[in-house]
Order: sequence, then structure tokens, then C-alpha cells
Amino acid sequence: MAKVVFTANIQRLVPCPAVEAAGATVRDVLENVFAENPRARGYVLDDQSALRKHIAVFVDGAMIRDRVRLSDPVGAASAVYVFQALSGG
Amino acid sequence: MSDTLLISTRKGLFTVARRSGGWAIAGLDFLGDNVTLALADARDGNRYAALDHGHFGVKLYRAEKGGGWEEIAAPAYPPKPEGYEEKDLWGRPLNWSTARIWSLEAGGPDEAGTIWCGTLPGGLFRSKDRGASWEMMRGLWDHPKRKQWMPGGADLPGIHSICIDPRDSRRVTVGVSTGGVWASEDGGATWTLRGEGMRAEYVAPELAHDPIAQDVHRLAQCAGDPRRMWVQHHNGIFVSSDAGRTFTEIKDVEPSVFGFPVVVHPREPDTAWFVPEIKDEKRIPRGGKLVVTRTRDAGKSFDVLTGGLPQSHAYDIVYRHALALDAAGERLALGSTTGGLWVSENQGDGWACVTHTLPPVYAVAFA
Repeated sequence: MAKVVFTANIQRLVPCPAVEAAGATVRDVLENVFAENPRARGYVLDDQSALRKHIAVFVDGAMIRDRVRLSDPVGAASAVYVFQALSGG
Repeated sequence: MSDTLLISTRKGLFTVARRSGGWAIAGLDFLGDNVTLALADARDGNRYAALDHGHFGVKLYRAEKGGGWEEIAAPAYPPKPEGYEEKDLWGRPLNWSTARIWSLEAGGPDEAGTIWCGTLPGGLFRSKDRGASWEMMRGLWDHPKRKQWMPGGADLPGIHSICIDPRDSRRVTVGVSTGGVWASEDGGATWTLRGEGMRAEYVAPELAHDPIAQDVHRLAQCAGDPRRMWVQHHNGIFVSSDAGRTFTEIKDVEPSVFGFPVVVHPREPDTAWFVPEIKDEKRIPRGGKLVVTRTRDAGKSFDVLTGGLPQSHAYDIVYRHALALDAAGERLALGSTTGGLWVSENQGDGWACVTHTLPPVYAVAFA
């Protein structure tokens, strides 16, 4: 199970506590998180289920590359961080 | 007459109320958040607020009459078909995703709970359950000419005005920046491009009179005479007497024919108000004087209204949703980019400044 941590700034809008979630890709892991916290989905993903323009996701210290399909691999002991990108101002 | 105003600003939603001592701020919600638009539904007393949370996207909130705010569904675009490509003006993929809520209107008097919502990048949505769920009007989105819409007030095209014919709720007319005036007579299923007679100065001469090239800044319909529509356009003021099928240009209006908002009296179709600015090259009030213009004769003449408005070093811009008229047609309110808010109780002849220290004002609505 990967550990998933959300930026502190999202918490006042929709509570997103750190959780553990299963999955071999970022997509799988995040969808498992959103299955338990459906309101959070639209804060992280856009209408096409791609990562929002100014959201950044890191897996084990590296920013993911596939922002559309979220196919970057996640290991069983990975740490996934969902942050605000600096690009959003 | 309405005694309450909802003021949508860059840093929150202000409620302004008329008390014995005059108009004053009476409430503040969403402090610190970007509230881009609000709607007070006169049919059931519900209020709606559109927020842009930046990194986290566009959200919609509703407060039932007398209750607190709760997040409801935001309009969402349907999945883009696999392999389908659509590019924006710069050749980048056009994201089918709500980038801004640019219009919110209540449906007709016979449609309790129906709300319409126009968005960037051009989707029109309808909710029949007070915003619990939304349906995209595919007849407009899938119209081949929709792809000819161009960015106007933003980097994406969008629907900023929605007019529901109070006598027949199936008749819906929308204004697009940039993409002209579109109408449906079957409740949003099918759509026709209207707006013959408008003229664009910012395109090649061959396209100047093409209805789809018209940058409508705001479209307003007279409730008592729904065939009368007014348009504040990027380079002019236009009026229609046939529900937007054809327009006549109103020329030589001082101090300027450029501006963003227009409101029309609910029972007097010849009476409308505008807020003129110096156009593209400056976008400031002419001579540093903030004025409102009013016609009572369908554009043959205009009063330039200055009473109570700043007439020296005023750099206030009034956005397209930031001039409001109450349902009685007596009270007006306008909010500006520099945080000013003025109210008139006599159709614009005199104005009282409520405050000049608000965050930038995006929209003003009577509740």
C-alpha cells in the first residue's frame, strides 16, 4: 500500500487526510483514494480525469510525467504527494 | 424594490443591505476566496455562488433560503471521445473542462429549480434540480460552428449571458465572447446563430458582418418585451426588436460606445444603461470620470449620469456582470475593478458610494 499525502492548502476546502491506498500506477492509487473520498476527486483531477493544470504529484521524490493518464508506476511502499504546483501563483 | 445586493469579489462574497442609514456591508462569505459570480433565484430564495479555487478548479455553492452555503455539483464537460482532437487558437489541445463559470441564470417561472450556467471554454449547462446535477447542451457544443468561436474576454471562448424568455421558457438566447448571439426555441436542444447587423472592427473586412465574429460583451433582454434585446459589443452598442435576429447599431454615443455591461428596464424596452470606457488602447474611464449612460428612447439619445460618481482620477472598470438593475427597474448598483460600489435609487440620476475599499468586483446582483 502506498502512502498518499495531500497539500495542507486543500484541507480547508475538502478534508484529505493522509491515507494508504493500493495500486500499481498513480491512476490506480488516486482512484482508490477518491473512491473513499469522492468530493476530493474534482479538486485534483479535471473534467477529463487528467491532473489539474496547477497540481503536482510526486512519487518517491520524483514529479510524475504522465499528467493525463497518470500511468507512472507506484510501488507497494511508495510515498505519493499531491501538491499545489508553483505555476498556479 | 430590492434591499439586498450580492457582490462577488476576488476575495469573497459580500452581502450589502439597505438599512435606515443607507446601504452597508451586512455579510461576508468565502473570505479570501475568488468568488466570480453569484445568483439569487427570486423564485425560491436560493442563492448560488461560483468560486474559482485556482489550483483546485471551479466550484459551485448553494445556500438554501435562510441556510448556510454548501458545495454542490459544478458543471462538468463530458469525456472527450477517444482520438478526438480539438485545438485552441494557439494550436494547443482544447481541454474539455470547466475553466470558469461565466453566467448563472434562473430558468423560467414555470421551471422551479431549473438553473442555467454558461462556462469557458464554451459549454452551456442546465440543472433541473437546483444544481445537484448538470446536463450539457450538446446541441450547442456539438454545433459545427461552435468551433469557430474565438477567445474574447479570456484566453478561451465562453458564454457570459443567458436570457430566458419569461413568456416561454423554451426560448433561450445566449451571448458568446466571441461567437455572437445564439438562440434555441426548444429548451436548448437545437441552436441557431442569430445577430445579423452587428459589425466587428477587429477582423478582416470580409468578416466584419459575419454574426459569428461578433464580440458580444453582454446581452440583455427586456422581461416585459422579450423581443427587445440590447448588446454591449466590443466596438459598439446594438439593439434588436426581433429577439436577436437582427440588430441596429447605435452610433455616436458619448463618451464612448465601448464598455462591458448593459442592463435593460424590465418593462420599458427603450430604456437601458451602460458604463462607457475608453476601449482597447486604454480601458479606463474617459477623462478619469466614471459615468453611466442611459437611454430612454431606444438609443436616439443618451443621458450621461454623473451624480455621486467620481469625476476626477477615477480608473474604475465595470465588468460585464458588475452593473445590476433591480426587478422594479428603479435601483441600480455597480461595482468596479478598483473596489468601488455605488447604488442608485432613482434609475441612475444620483449615486451613493457604499464603499471604495472592496477587493476587485467581478459581479453585482440584486437579491
